[in-house]
Amino acid sequence: MLDGLSDIKYKIGSSSAEEVVASYLERIEKSDINAFTCIAEDATDQAKKIDSLNMEGPLAGVPIAIKDNISTKGLSTTCSSAILDGYVPPYDAHVIERLREAGAVIIGKSNMDEFGMGTSTETSTYGPTLNPWDAERVAGGSSGGSAAAVVAGQVPVSLGSDTGGSVRCPAAFCGAVGLKPTYGAVSRYGLVSYANSLEQIGPLANRVEDVATLMDVISTYDNRDSTCVKHNAGYTDALQDDMEGLKIGVPAEYFGEGIDDNVQKLVWDAVGKFEDMGAEYTKVSMPNTPYALAAYYTIAMSEASSNLARFDGTRYGTRSEGENWHMMASKTRQEKFGAEVKRRILLGTYALSAGYHDRYYLKALKVRTLVKQDFERAFEDVDVLMAPTMPTPAFRIGEKMDDPLSLYLTDVNTVPINLAGVPSISVPCGFSEGLPVGLQVIGNYFDEATILKAANAFEKNTDHHTKLAGAVV
Amino acid sequence: MVYENPDGVMIGLEIHVQLNKLATKLFCGCSTDYHTSEPNTHVCPVCMGLPGCLPVLNKRAVEYAIRIGLALNCEIVEQTQFHRKNYYYPDLPKGFQTTQYDYPIVSDGKVVIEGEDGEHVVRIRRAHMEEDPGRLMHMGSIEKSRGTLIDYNRSGMALIEIVSEPDMRSPREARRFLDKLRNILEYLDVFDSTLEGSMRVDANISIGGGDRTEVKNISSHKGAERALLYEIMRQKNIKRRGEKVVMETRHFDEARGVTISMRTKEEEHDYRYFPEPDLVPMRVGSWVEGILETLPELPDARRSRFISDYGMVDTHAKALTSDIRVADFYEEVASQVDPASAAVWVSDVLKGELNYRDLTIASFTVEDMVKIIELVVSGKITEKGAVEIIRNILDEGGSPMDIVKEKGLLKVEGDVVDQAVEEVLRENPQALEDYFAGKEKSLNFLVGQVMKKTRGRADARSVREMMLEEIDKNYR
Ligand SMILES: [Zn+2]
Repeated sequence: MLDGLSDIKYKIGSSSAEEVVASYLERIEKSDINAFTCIAEDATDQAKKIDSLNMEGPLAGVPIAIKDNISTKGLSTTCSSAILDGYVPPYDAHVIERLREAGAVIIGKSNMDEFGMGTSTETSTYGPTLNPWDAERVAGGSSGGSAAAVVAGQVPVSLGSDTGGSVRCPAAFCGAVGLKPTYGAVSRYGLVSYANSLEQIGPLANRVEDVATLMDVISTYDNRDSTCVKHNAGYTDALQDDMEGLKIGVPAEYFGEGIDDNVQKLVWDAVGKFEDMGAEYTKVSMPNTPYALAAYYTIAMSEASSNLARFDGTRYGTRSEGENWHMMASKTRQEKFGAEVKRRILLGTYALSAGYHDRYYLKALKVRTLVKQDFERAFEDVDVLMAPTMPTPAFRIGEKMDDPLSLYLTDVNTVPINLAGVPSISVPCGFSEGLPVGLQVIGNYFDEATILKAANAFEKNTDHHTKLAGAVV
Repeated sequence: MVYENPDGVMIGLEIHVQLNKLATKLFCGCSTDYHTSEPNTHVCPVCMGLPGCLPVLNKRAVEYAIRIGLALNCEIVEQTQFHRKNYYYPDLPKGFQTTQYDYPIVSDGKVVIEGEDGEHVVRIRRAHMEEDPGRLMHMGSIEKSRGTLIDYNRSGMALIEIVSEPDMRSPREARRFLDKLRNILEYLDVFDSTLEGSMRVDANISIGGGDRTEVKNISSHKGAERALLYEIMRQKNIKRRGEKVVMETRHFDEARGVTISMRTKEEEHDYRYFPEPDLVPMRVGSWVEGILETLPELPDARRSRFISDYGMVDTHAKALTSDIRVADFYEEVASQVDPASAAVWVSDVLKGELNYRDLTIASFTVEDMVKIIELVVSGKITEKGAVEIIRNILDEGGSPMDIVKEKGLLKVEGDVVDQAVEEVLRENPQALEDYFAGKEKSLNFLVGQVMKKTRGRADARSVREMMLEEIDKNYR
């Protein structure tokens, strides 16, 4: 079983942050799963500083991996895109400021799908991250590096971002715990936008309690993000095992066509486990779920087409040569963006164009409202919803790269959550043919406490998290 | 008298006003005080559009916009909404401009101007908030430039774009509208018109119900009038030839005084507007009452008050209130001397001398004006002497008392004048004879001679009286 935060803090207490960080750096060095886009040169110095100042703090000396789309001052931030090659931000994201204050050691940036556009980390300009359980399979995405690094023991905790499942999918595929917080719970200041109305930064770890600790650190109010909402944290304090009387809703629409039989069985087993712990479940209906995927992709691509307009080679990153500015900008974008990014920019541009705007973008917004209402209705009767995170276990590398639609379809159970803005956590609930399967526990707005509590109770009563992936060295 | 508008001229204006009296930019904390700074020194990750940055709406900017809306008699929106206007340009760091689209902050207002035939209403369609882009600086002339530099100091400055209905019927009305608008905005203390690029104008113009053209790149009110005069002439010539005016965008060449077709085969640009997800609506409906209460006195109200409080004529009141600095100057002067004299001296004399020299009221001090009026009212100097002092201060500097001493402007009276009158009558018997023969003009000549002898320091009216008295007494 891999060390959790409490183990690491004990180790740092009895040796030093420097030694602990060195041991993790060594693991990263030895590994070939391609979880990182870069390692912080000053990681050891950060650790030394914490030792010398005898720094306190909930994460003092704890190494952490940061998804490469979160701005880190002085440390390359490329979104795994060639267009941002060489870009070193002059400022820290809000979450990075918070982590530094808490004493965390930013050990490196983790691999991802280019600009978060993918479900497998295969669209990264640095190549795919390998699944720690099976090197021929994907780690999931887009936060594949963040999940794989945690499961392979290269860091105890990491940050990802979740636009349509990008924390939960790799958590499920790699067997980690990953939380997508309520929209507005964590400041997005410094998160490079892909689809800004949908995404949140979220923590990944091998233990639910470590995810809660990270949430306590990063989810403070920040006035630099206008969509950030003041709310109570205290997630760690909320963790108890008592599931007595918890009302679980199981939405039939999340067990439809394309959901693997083994996955369905493992999730139902998990629901049964909760019943054993004193919870009760009912089947609920969320009738607008079938339309969520199309609405999600329309909105995400529309926003992306605008968000990615700033990458024109003028101010930062790389550029191609051209005889004038327009040629330079267009050649830069043509040559430096990957195929999937260009596809989404084109589709998004199309969906926002005059004549199509109402038919696509506006309609998607209407569907979004309906999906939201599904959740509001469901949470009138139940405390949490449970469903498979992903329809299948991790697929093979390259298997879906030639068929974008089949790749998009794998997001079917994660995107409705982002459309609604509710929080959701994925926890390991077993293995199918040696590959991890994730249980998704979805909560009401700003009720991360309840889903963390449920996930924690489940973890305490199961042993899936104790199994070690083959990539652990 | 009703203005016939013989050519059926319809002019609408779009005016970008930079809210440069704000301390910070529209979406970030950068200072707006960049006009004398090195390029790219008033920037931050937000206004540079660095990856991951988010806008935070400047509350004070919204307040300013509402203030403007109220002064223009507009409806105020219940809550703010911003949109993205997507297009590529190197001065636009995010690849889109954050602006307002279908919910402008204010709409449906009006401004009353002095039209061709008396008071004329120009309707305001809307005014919306948006961010200013950066500025391109070409190395050398635009054609031969070796490269272009970008200064982002201006990027993210708060703008309000005011759009009028096509209600102006002549270039003169357009200019009066612009003058009035600038005056109102200055009274509101939201903008400083003296800073470069603080007010930029685009004009739409059509004649005889034909298609309209849009004239861009107008940088002054005088320029607007000239551009529109040229454009009317051009459009009239096209019609005279039996051709049709093409709907297009034209560029005003200030140096040559002509408008030039932009020639880009500009198809209708698709800006793909959509709501800015990074800004949440700000409820402002409840602010309106409070802002209304603190709204300063506006030009029209001040003009009425000047008439009623200081008993001046309307032409003076209008002249004094058409520039807030002049109005403030006047009121300070009027608080220390006779307001009626102050009105004459400031609006008729001082303003005239300033205009002649292309100077503003800032070139003159309240203390000097007060002193000069005091000297005139107490009879120590003549009106002519007072004008001389004003001119002297403007041209060479100095204080009123020093100039009085230096130029010997103190009014002379009594013996000196008596003596001069006697001398002039004695020395000019022919003129006196002419006067007796009924030539009134020769009396003026005699008075002039006295003034000459006293070097202008005598009071002409009393010299005339003394002259007549002396003639009656000793020459009849
Ligand atoms: Zn700034």
